[in-house]
Amino acid sequence: MSLMTMKPRERAVASTVPTPSPRCTTLADLPAGSTACILDVCDEAQPATARRLVDLGFAPGAQVSVVRRAPMADPVIFRVAGGELALRRCQARCINVRVEA
Amino acid sequence: MSGHCQPTAASAGVENADVRLALVGSPNAGKTTLFNALTGLRAKTGNYPGVTVSRYEGACEIDGRSVVIEDLPGSYSLDPISPDEQVLAEVLDELHTDSQTPQGLLVTLDATTLPRSLRMLAQVVRTGLPVCVVLTFTDELTRRQGALDESALGRALGVPVVSVTSGQRRDLIALKELMVRPESWARPAVPPPAAAAEVSSWITSVLTSAGYRLPETDARTRRVDAVLLHPLWGTLVFFAVMVAFFQVIFTVAAPFQSAIEEFFAWLGRLAGTHISNGLVRSFVADALLGGVGGVLVFLPQIVLLFLMISLLEGTGYMARAAFLMDRVMSKAGLEGRAFVALLSSVACAVPGIMATRTLPSARDRIATMMGAPLMTCSARLPVYILLIGLVVDPDAGWGPFSAQGAVMFGLYIGGALSAMAAAWVFSRLGRSKGPLLPFYMEIPPYRIPSARSVALSVVDAAKTFLRKVGKIILVTTIALWVLLNLPAQSVADLQKAGVDPSDDSAVSAYVIDHSYAADVGHAVEPVFEPLGFDWRINVGVIASLSAREVFVATLGQVAAAENPDNPQTALKSMTVADGPRQGEPLFTPGVVAALLAFFLFALQCMSTIGAMRRESGSWRWPAIAFGYMFVLAWTMAWISRQVVEALV
Repeated sequence: MSLMTMKPRERAVASTVPTPSPRCTTLADLPAGSTACILDVCDEAQPATARRLVDLGFAPGAQVSVVRRAPMADPVIFRVAGGELALRRCQARCINVRVEA
Repeated sequence: MSGHCQPTAASAGVENADVRLALVGSPNAGKTTLFNALTGLRAKTGNYPGVTVSRYEGACEIDGRSVVIEDLPGSYSLDPISPDEQVLAEVLDELHTDSQTPQGLLVTLDATTLPRSLRMLAQVVRTGLPVCVVLTFTDELTRRQGALDESALGRALGVPVVSVTSGQRRDLIALKELMVRPESWARPAVPPPAAAAEVSSWITSVLTSAGYRLPETDARTRRVDAVLLHPLWGTLVFFAVMVAFFQVIFTVAAPFQSAIEEFFAWLGRLAGTHISNGLVRSFVADALLGGVGGVLVFLPQIVLLFLMISLLEGTGYMARAAFLMDRVMSKAGLEGRAFVALLSSVACAVPGIMATRTLPSARDRIATMMGAPLMTCSARLPVYILLIGLVVDPDAGWGPFSAQGAVMFGLYIGGALSAMAAAWVFSRLGRSKGPLLPFYMEIPPYRIPSARSVALSVVDAAKTFLRKVGKIILVTTIALWVLLNLPAQSVADLQKAGVDPSDDSAVSAYVIDHSYAADVGHAVEPVFEPLGFDWRINVGVIASLSAREVFVATLGQVAAAENPDNPQTALKSMTVADGPRQGEPLFTPGVVAALLAFFLFALQCMSTIGAMRRESGSWRWPAIAFGYMFVLAWTMAWISRQVVEALV
C-alpha cells in the first residue's frame, strides 16, 4: 500500500509515528492457534539467549504456530522446526514475527 | 563376529581403550537409550572435575577392540550457556587439554524434528572431528507420514548416516561396524556454514536433497494433550498423578522398609545370641548390622522413585507436568521439573536430592538440592510427634481440628515454604555468576518407554546409591556408635556406680551418660544453652545425625533409666541437669518450640549429606548446606523460644 492510496488521516499518523504494521508483533502476544513467520530475534539484553533461541529453530524465516498456553498463560507451547517447544513469555517477547493466519 | 558387546576386563579402562567415541545430541533425541543399548550395565558414572555435571562412560568390545563411549550432556547448541554445555564444548575442543578429545562423535538426530536437529549438527561437523549421524525415531517418522531418504541424507551431509530404532538390537550391527574405525568415516568436502542465515539455507538444501517430508502432528498426542494440558482437567490430572506419586514413595515403600528393618533387627538378635561379650555384641548388632540396614532401608524408596520418574520421563508426561507447574516454580527461581524433586523430599530428602539429576541446568540442580532437605521428611515425624506430645494437650482443639494436628500442619507448611525460599536464595546467588538461562523445554510426543531403559535407570540409581552414599552412611553409623558406647563400662565400674549390671536399660543409660558423646554434649553446652538444651538433649541431637528418628530412641534411653515403665512421663518430669536453670523442668514449651524449630531447619541427616556429595560431585555443597542450615536452625530455634516464652 503506497502513501498515495492511503486516506489523509492515516497518512498523517504514518508520517509522524511510524507505527509497526498490526500484523507484526512478538511471539508472546500471539493467540493460541495462530501461525506466524519469524522476522528476527532481538538480542540487546541477552545475546546468548537470542543465539540459543535461533539454535532451537526460532530462526528468521521459520514458520511457527502457537499450540497452547499453560493454565496461568505462561509458559506457551510453540510448534517450530518440526517439534514442540515450551518457552516462557519473557523469552517469546524477544521473537518478532509477522502474523500469517 | 561383529557387534558383540562383552563386559570389558577391569584393565580395559579409560586409558588403554582402542577407540574412544562420544555421544552428542539434544535431550529427547534417544541419546541415552542408544548409550544404554551399546554399553548396558557396564556404564560408569562420575562427575566432571569442578562442576556438578554427571559423567557417564561405558565400554564395549567390538571385533576384539575395546571401544569406550562417553555420553556427553544433552544440548541444543555448542555455544555454552550452562556448566553442562561448557563440558560438552570443552570435550569437543581439541585445544582444550584438560579433557580427552574423542576420536569420533556419534550424533543422535531425532528424524521427526530434523530441521531443528540439523542446526546443532552443523556446529558439531564444524569442530572438524569425525562425525557419524545416528538417526532415531525413523519408525515414528514413517508412522506419522513423514519421509526421508537416509542414503541421500548421508550424501548431502558428507558423513555416514545409520538409523537405529530404539530397542532394536539388530540395528546396532551396522553402527558397531562403523564404531571401530572412526578414522575411515567420510568427511564433508566443505564444512557447513556458521552464520545463522546461511545455516538456514544449508538446512533447506540438505532436507530437499534428502527428500525430507515433515511428519504430521501426532494425532494421538494431540488428543491426549487436549485433556492432560487442559486448564481444568489437566490441572486435576496433574494433582492426581502427584498424589499417586507421593503415595507410592510414602506408603508403598513403607512395608518393604519395615521388612528390611525387621530383618536386620532379627539378624542383630541372632548375632547377639552367639556373642557373649556385650560390647562386641552391641557393635555387631547396632553398628555393623544397623548400619547396613540403615543403608538398605532407603532402597525401596529409591527404586520406586526412579521407576516412576523414568516412566514419567519416558512417556513424555514429565515435560507436561513441568509445563503445568512452571509458573508456580518460577516464583522460587526454579523451573517446573524441580517440583518432582521437592515433592519426593516430603517422603525423604535422599531420593529427592537424587531426583535433581533430571533438571537440565546445574544451577537449578544446586538450588533445588539446597532447598530439598527443608521439606518435612518422614524421619522428622516421630521427633515431631514426641515433642508435640510433650507440651500440646491431645484433647485441645477447635472442632474437628486438634491442636496437635494444627502444630504438625504448621511444621509441614513451614518446611515447604522455607524450602522454596532457600531454593530462591540459592538460585539468585547462582545468577550472579553468569547470565540467566533462558527457559525452554521440548514437549515430545507421547511414547511408550522401553522396559530396558526404565530398568537400567532404576538399577543405575540403586547402584550409585549403594556404592557412593552407602559408604558414607555406614561410616557415620559406626562413628556414632563409638561415640555413644565408648568408653566401655566393666561390671565392676557399674557396680561401683550402683547400677545393677543385669538391668539393661539402666546399663545403657549409664553407658550413654558416661560416653564420649556425653563429653561432646557437655562441650557444646555453651552453643546450645541459649536454646535451653541441656547436655542430654545435645547427646540426642548428636545421635540424630545418623537419622533424625534416633533422637527419639536416644532420649527414650536416657529417660528410661529414670522411669523404665513410662519414658514419656519421665521425659515430662525431667529437670535441667546443670547450669543456671538447674532443677527447673527441662521440656518447657519454649524449649520444645526451640527443638521443633531446630529439627525443622537443621541438616541432621548424614544420608542427605552423602546423597548431596554424590549428586554435586564434591563436599563443597554439602558443607555449605550443613553450615547455612545450622545457622538458620539455631537462629530460628532461639527466636521460637523467645516468642513462645513471651506468650506462655
